[in-house]
Amino acid sequence: MHKFANPTFFMKIANGIFPWATGISILCFAVGLPLALIISPPDYQQGDTVRIMYVHVPAAWMGLMVYGVMAASSAVFLIWRHTIAHLVARASAPIGAVFTALCLVTGMLWGEPMWGTWWVWDARLTSMLILFFLYLGYIALGDSFEDQERGDKAAALLALVGSVNLPIVHFSVEWWNTLHQPAIFGLKGFSVNAAMLQPLLLMVAAFQFYYIAVLVIRLRAELLSAKIRTARFNLAAAE
Amino acid sequence: MTIENFPTAVFCGENLSCRRGGRSVFTGLSFRVTSGEALVLRGPNGSGKTTLLRLMAGLARTASGTLTWNSGDIRDDGPAHGARLGFAGHLDAVKPALTVQENLSFWAELRGANQADVTQALEIFSMAHLANLPGRVLSAGQKHRVALARLLLGNTQLWLLDEPANTLDDIALNALRNVLGEHLQRGGIAVIASHGDALLAQANTLDLRHFIQNKPIMAAA
Amino acid sequence: MNGFNAILRRDLTLAIRNQGEVMMVIAFFAIAATLFAFGVGPEANVQSRIASGVVWTTALLAALLSLERLFAVDYDDGTLDQLLLSGVEPVVLVLAKTLAHWLTTGVALLIAAPAVALGLQLPATGYGALMISLLLGTPILSLLGAVGAAIVLGARRGGVLLSLLLLPLYIPVLIFGAAAVEGAVLGMTTTAPYAVLGGLLILALTLCPWAAATALKHAVE
Repeated sequence: MHKFANPTFFMKIANGIFPWATGISILCFAVGLPLALIISPPDYQQGDTVRIMYVHVPAAWMGLMVYGVMAASSAVFLIWRHTIAHLVARASAPIGAVFTALCLVTGMLWGEPMWGTWWVWDARLTSMLILFFLYLGYIALGDSFEDQERGDKAAALLALVGSVNLPIVHFSVEWWNTLHQPAIFGLKGFSVNAAMLQPLLLMVAAFQFYYIAVLVIRLRAELLSAKIRTARFNLAAAE
Repeated sequence: MTIENFPTAVFCGENLSCRRGGRSVFTGLSFRVTSGEALVLRGPNGSGKTTLLRLMAGLARTASGTLTWNSGDIRDDGPAHGARLGFAGHLDAVKPALTVQENLSFWAELRGANQADVTQALEIFSMAHLANLPGRVLSAGQKHRVALARLLLGNTQLWLLDEPANTLDDIALNALRNVLGEHLQRGGIAVIASHGDALLAQANTLDLRHFIQNKPIMAAA
Repeated sequence: MNGFNAILRRDLTLAIRNQGEVMMVIAFFAIAATLFAFGVGPEANVQSRIASGVVWTTALLAALLSLERLFAVDYDDGTLDQLLLSGVEPVVLVLAKTLAHWLTTGVALLIAAPAVALGLQLPATGYGALMISLLLGTPILSLLGAVGAAIVLGARRGGVLLSLLLLPLYIPVLIFGAAAVEGAVLGMTTTAPYAVLGGLLILALTLCPWAAATALKHAVE
């Protein structure tokens, strides 16, 4: 497994995966979007509004999953000091933040017709909002140090602290929510039948491979900027 | 203050390399100091003298290579290594709100020294008259003397000094020379980063210029 | 244990010498709560309805305000290097400093809280729950805060950054702290929020010192 820690080897694999990930993602979007937005049946209760779910649900899952990837690679970075693991975490953060933002926006768009208001402190939406704040904190922290290596370690530790906290936050918000709004038709009231499952899974796959493709692009950029940094240091040292 | 001698000890570094900000500072550096010896680190700015001292203290991490005390890796027991070493870096760690006496007493308590040790350390660096002044009124040189006086608390065998002669007047410089000489005589070890004149009549020197290697570390795809 | 006591006593001495800092935290607490009163208007029943939440929120913000300096002062003047080299386990160091922080800031907030709650027309039945929930909750704020304060050492704009990192992590404490007070006001049982706060405190006590110690070691590298 430590073989993967070598950036050259890692990028070789990543570059090999890239065209496949891009292709599959485009294919899934091409089939999944028309299925989800036009062909699939409307919900008996929510009508056409249910179609927002085909974007909202995968976005929520991706927001959580990318944070999980970030936390896991941060742990690998802190334990074995593999720089590539941190680069994966660092490159993932903005992607995860955008997925989470997408989940929030679609949740609001769904909320307007269903709840009659743009924002309700629904337990899931609120948890996603806090997840979004955690992403913002991670991104801000990583960019706040003159010493890049120090920033890398601080950010990795924060990702781990956040991952321990996230379930606690979710549990607290859920408890708080039932305390204050016992009977609300929440976002979880989305029962899936077979006709809906197919486009949903296609959209999830499309999001997954989209993430992988963008991750590879961002990793390339991270490695290039690391090269530039090193070159600058060498110039300063050679003067 | 304890006058008994230190047990014989060997402090070794083997094939050390260190990186800072994505470039290696030095590489392939080895050294060996034994009881009663001093090692003077020399080299131009940016050659890694301070970094090497921080590595020796166990504060910073090596990119490769090992540091051993009597053939035990110093990383294996950080607190034990800390307890045997006195470190005087660029920063003096003097609290402005505490008096000189209180500043030193705190470190004495942490390191198991007593009040008599504090009084003696103050006298050695001729600061007995400053004992009740708060840290905030001290000059740079006086603060530095407090930092050096801290070395005398807690019977530390390994001293790591970063430009210890900076900001010292002649009297303090003499005191430092005496203290260092006594330390080595007892079987202590000192590693001193210095680009100024010699503090000690005889010491091994390690010129970091031989190990500088500004090579990029990050092998990118 | 020796080290724990010494560090605790030193930090408390420093807090007493620099009383202004604790005073500022209390002043902030009072002023922020006053702002809420201006924001919602002088109507007593509106204020008493939101009092539990406002007291908890402002107490939390006040605690946050004091955390930036928890390790930063020692980091800037070199004391942190010396502390980590003094033979004391880093976890013990974190525990001592965090306890000192809670004994100054946390306890000060506890003392000021009834007065602030009185100003916001908190009904009489809520005070017991307010004190118990703050007693259980403020140590969690200090412990989580220690992790945040250690993580941002050496960062630019440490203060704003610290708020950004810590506020999301503080949400569970706020939820259960305020819920306990509100529950007591409404005459409901408060066992559940107390139990959760107690559980969170134990969890924070086991995990936070370790995380903060790791961050401190990284900070001096």
